[in-house]
Amino acid sequence: MIDLGQHAEFIIWGYLGVAVAVVALVGYVLWDGRRVKAKLAALEAQGIRRRSESVN
Amino acid sequence: MTQENLASAAPKANWFSRLAHPGQFLAWSRYLIVPLAVAVVVLFGLGLWFAIFNSPADYQMGDTVRLMYVHVPNAWLSQLVYGVMAVAALGTLVWRHPLADVSAKAAAPLGATFTALALYTGSLWGRPTWGTFWEWDGRMTSTLVMLLIYLGIIALWRAFDDQLKAGRIVAVVTLVGAINIPVIKFSVDWWQTLHQPSSVLTADGPRMPGSILTPLLLMMLAFTLLFALLQVLAMRTEILRRRATSLERQAALR
Repeated sequence: MIDLGQHAEFIIWGYLGVAVAVVALVGYVLWDGRRVKAKLAALEAQGIRRRSESVN
Repeated sequence: MTQENLASAAPKANWFSRLAHPGQFLAWSRYLIVPLAVAVVVLFGLGLWFAIFNSPADYQMGDTVRLMYVHVPNAWLSQLVYGVMAVAALGTLVWRHPLADVSAKAAAPLGATFTALALYTGSLWGRPTWGTFWEWDGRMTSTLVMLLIYLGIIALWRAFDDQLKAGRIVAVVTLVGAINIPVIKFSVDWWQTLHQPSSVLTADGPRMPGSILTPLLLMMLAFTLLFALLQVLAMRTEILRRRATSLERQAALR
């Protein structure tokens, strides 16, 4: 471990906090995307389609 | 998914309208995801290596200068994201651009997170450097106000079932809130309290040596591309969410 000087705990908490928040944000965006795609797939499985994509 | 079908069904129009069509956006934006993700990972790897292992301690700040490499990018994004929302608000109100609402809604939680991180890292830097976690100085207070505006905008989006109506109301609120951006920018010049003035974007160029500027610029680029990546992903999700909502409505009518 490198020496971060006398204020090491502030630096470590700073980077840890940013890392946790960034991972949580990326996770939320990916989770939200999957959730919506699953919902759309479920609707299409029920035969509900956009008018522009219907056969007739 | 049937995004390609939709893309080909879209009416012929000029290139700008084609880019703007939600179905077209889904078609072309998918090619941005992997390159952006790779760039983000590489830039964060490089940036963190410089920030933590390969840069000197500052002669005044000591090692707490390393907090600047996460503070400055988040502070920069807190304003850039608001700028994106303000342009989107104009797009909604003036041009009724079909992607403007989608872009504004996708950006709000991202901006709120970056703003919260700017305040968090700033206070952790302030405690050892200034001797206080928080001071009601112009820069900090105006940044806190911006976080509250972001949270208000997110709440407004969720308050309306009709997202077209929500889009117009949010757009007006966003433009009114935009007055805070120049306040944040010039707060360090108007009220000389604690927060130091700009040192990267100045008329004379950056006021710092290359050894400190290198990790700073790498981290700023990494965070900016991270925002671009998340914005593209969140916009795609929002388009699909609206599609699902209209399908549900259609199903309810049958």
